[in-house]
Amino acid sequence: MRSRRLSLLLPSLAFILAISGATARADKTLLNVSYDPTRELYDEYNALFAKHWEATKGEKVEIQQSHGGSGKQARAVIDGLEADVVTLALAGDVNALFEKGNLIPKAWQKRLPNNSCPYTSTIVLLVRKGNPKGIHDWEDLAKPGIGVITPNPKTSGGARWNFLAAWGYAQDKWNGDEAKARELLRDIYKNALVLDAGARGATTTFVERGIGDVLIAWENEALLAVETLGPGEYEIVVPSESILAEPPVAVVDTVARRKGTTEVAEAYLQYLYSPEAQEVIGKRHYRPSDPAVAEKYAAKFPKLKLFTIEEKFGGWKDAQARFFAEGGVFDQIYQPGK
Amino acid sequence: MTSAPAQPDWTLAPATPPRATSAITDPPWVRVLLIGVALAFLGLFLVLPLVTVFAQAFSKGIGVYVDAITDPMALAAMRLTLLVAAVSVPINAVFGIAAAWAIAKFEFRGKSLLIALIDLPFAVSPVVSGLIFVLLFGAQGLVGPWLIEHGVRIIFAVPGILLATTFITFPFVARELIPLMQEQGTDEEEAAVSLGASGFQVFRRVTLPNVSLGLLYGIVLLNARAMGEFGAVSVVSGHIRGQTNTMPLHVEILYNEYQGAAAFAVASLLALLAVVTLIVKRGLEWRMGRASRAI
Amino acid sequence: MGLLRTRRSVLPGFGLTLGFTVIYLSLLILIPLAGLFVKSASLTGAEFLAAVGSPRALAAYRLSFGASFAAAATNAGFGLLVAWVLVRYRFPGRGVVDALVDLPFALPTAVAGITLTTLLAKNGWLGRYLEPLGISVAYTPLGITVALVFIGLPFVVRTVQPVLQDLEPELEEAAASLGANRFETFRRVLFPTLWPALVTGFALAFARSLGEYGSVVFISGNMPMKTEIAPLLIVTQLEQYEYGAATAIAAVLLVLSFVLLLGINAFQRYGTRRLAGAGTSS
Repeated sequence: MRSRRLSLLLPSLAFILAISGATARADKTLLNVSYDPTRELYDEYNALFAKHWEATKGEKVEIQQSHGGSGKQARAVIDGLEADVVTLALAGDVNALFEKGNLIPKAWQKRLPNNSCPYTSTIVLLVRKGNPKGIHDWEDLAKPGIGVITPNPKTSGGARWNFLAAWGYAQDKWNGDEAKARELLRDIYKNALVLDAGARGATTTFVERGIGDVLIAWENEALLAVETLGPGEYEIVVPSESILAEPPVAVVDTVARRKGTTEVAEAYLQYLYSPEAQEVIGKRHYRPSDPAVAEKYAAKFPKLKLFTIEEKFGGWKDAQARFFAEGGVFDQIYQPGK
Repeated sequence: MTSAPAQPDWTLAPATPPRATSAITDPPWVRVLLIGVALAFLGLFLVLPLVTVFAQAFSKGIGVYVDAITDPMALAAMRLTLLVAAVSVPINAVFGIAAAWAIAKFEFRGKSLLIALIDLPFAVSPVVSGLIFVLLFGAQGLVGPWLIEHGVRIIFAVPGILLATTFITFPFVARELIPLMQEQGTDEEEAAVSLGASGFQVFRRVTLPNVSLGLLYGIVLLNARAMGEFGAVSVVSGHIRGQTNTMPLHVEILYNEYQGAAAFAVASLLALLAVVTLIVKRGLEWRMGRASRAI
Repeated sequence: MGLLRTRRSVLPGFGLTLGFTVIYLSLLILIPLAGLFVKSASLTGAEFLAAVGSPRALAAYRLSFGASFAAAATNAGFGLLVAWVLVRYRFPGRGVVDALVDLPFALPTAVAGITLTTLLAKNGWLGRYLEPLGISVAYTPLGITVALVFIGLPFVVRTVQPVLQDLEPELEEAAASLGANRFETFRRVLFPTLWPALVTGFALAFARSLGEYGSVVFISGNMPMKTEIAPLLIVTQLEQYEYGAATAIAAVLLVLSFVLLLGINAFQRYGTRRLAGAGTSS
């Protein structure tokens, strides 16, 4: 018995040692807690940055990623997830790190150009090839019998941009009539078949599982679906107007200070604005903030009338409190099963 | 406990099948039909999924397969899975031995209650198992804030995963050893003590050899569960790639990223582990000289 | 220690092993579980009922219970058949089939989940034949039931097998000599003996299915009110950081499962006693 156990022990140890040596030792490690659809973007950007950092500072840096619904990720960081940087879907979620967790300073957004947004996006509609249900604008989503896929605003940043885009449209269409806006959103959510926790989950539900007729999606997710996930199977329907989605980035000061990574974390975010990084951003379907690079990629992004959250809603703080907080408009109109 | 009913003086029939007297043999068509239906059912529910794992894993060629299992994130997930097993298996095994010793070799009040409590984790959904540790150690939890202040991270870090998995696999060895040691009684141990053996000597030389197969059996099952646990770990993990993803979580991530073949490649390793577990389990059962029993 | 023990024993180590057992049990199991109830208690009665009684929660319970029941019932029927075939008949590969029955115990639930989903989706190996027949399995309650059948498969087989093996042929021979055919013999002689084991296996499969997460979460589609199982609802509430609601639903699920497990244990004891009596009646 004993010799048998020993003879199992040695090969197991050898195996463990073998796989331990697999990764090279890094001098610094960063954790980037991001929102759901940015996996491919940061996969490519992280390699780019690591090369740049080694070339300029001679240090090896390893960047770990965590992805999930933006609201969910923010709360995870507040709950103790040790993010050196956060790259979330909306300013409101990053702001929560200040308000609820005291992890970043109040004036975090002014530290980087363009309100800390190295890239922007918008919200469009993704439908199946041939647009069999004839979806052309936001109102079509409210028609009976249409299966809508959109993530859960309680956890997903993209979902909140989706909601506000539709609401903004309603406001313009019916001259600020709140009752009509509520009706539109209520009908759209009545048609929602699933509320995934994050934007990528919603894309998976629509594309991989074949559920639903229309996906309300980040522009970058829609472009990904059309070009990579199912070429020829999906079409982008550009609504008459949509919201300018501004996903910001920030260093999490208290964590970076504790881990001694402040310098590299700041450099990591600043490098997002460099021409090379902006190229990656454009390539990965995000609208670059650098005007020169944006010009280059102008053709791939649909032209549509965009409004900002400040214009229509007075900023994230107000929007969050009015629509998405406990008992807010979303809670009032979303009654599954009724 | 219960007094045995008076034993009749015939021997029990051989295990399988019964003596083939024509009166109680099923007609051939019945046999064929029943075997056919049973095999079809098992083929559909067991064989087909098992085959699918490997078929899907190699569906994009061997290059993709090898890439998937040598990817640094996959290797990190394997390391974490092995670590989880390396921690939860010994500690729960030691517990199982201790609990079985206390329960099988002694009489005391509250024994049934203790046995019922040991069974508790079986009643708990894996998700709830994860939840209770979040409630305890999360930053908004009962003990969490104090720990985090002192730099101790449990949730969203490896210790949380270890805790949740140890919780889930808690009863496995105990449940295996308790009936076994109860069946074996205390005569041999008492004889050893009367011959002057100390506690540990009694355990090492008398008890352990008797239960070694049962112990191994429980450990094999514990290991399979520890390595494959998904729900509880998913709740406490934080899903940090390369750090807090076990192999099952890594499979989920790959699957949700449309990397189906890669997901199945890593899954195939887990399926292989399952098959090995079945073989070892079978071997042990054969050694223990009885057919499969329910857990 | 002498107060606890009801009989003197010469064996050493009682204090040590019992002490360690109780401490480990308390630290790892009881205290964390207590935390769940402490948190539940911190909710007001109204909050608790709102969380536990919301339409979405009720739909989740109905789905979990319904699918678990259907799966356990399926497993009861087929499990009995499989146990019978394995115990009574000889056929090539019998040993392998018997070992394979334990696959659901050994295979990680996530692997089972993605595999079943891939098989049963519209373009999967099985799904592609079922779709034209109008049978949608993936992302429907039927899919959930299928996953739960997989998970619970070994329970009935393994509880019935030992009972079947221990049956004495004399009983069946007596019935045959009295003129019963095989079917009647099964119905009137064998089945009543197997009944307790069958019910135990059914209940074990049912309890296991209630809390199942990993294999179901991939195939279910997670649509609230339609294919959202109770454990998933707990996770969703947790992700929304509504700890209170998550805890309340978890507490209800836990209490129900524990009651079920206690019932199974009690029934098992009753069943063994009955069987011991029945097996030796002459």
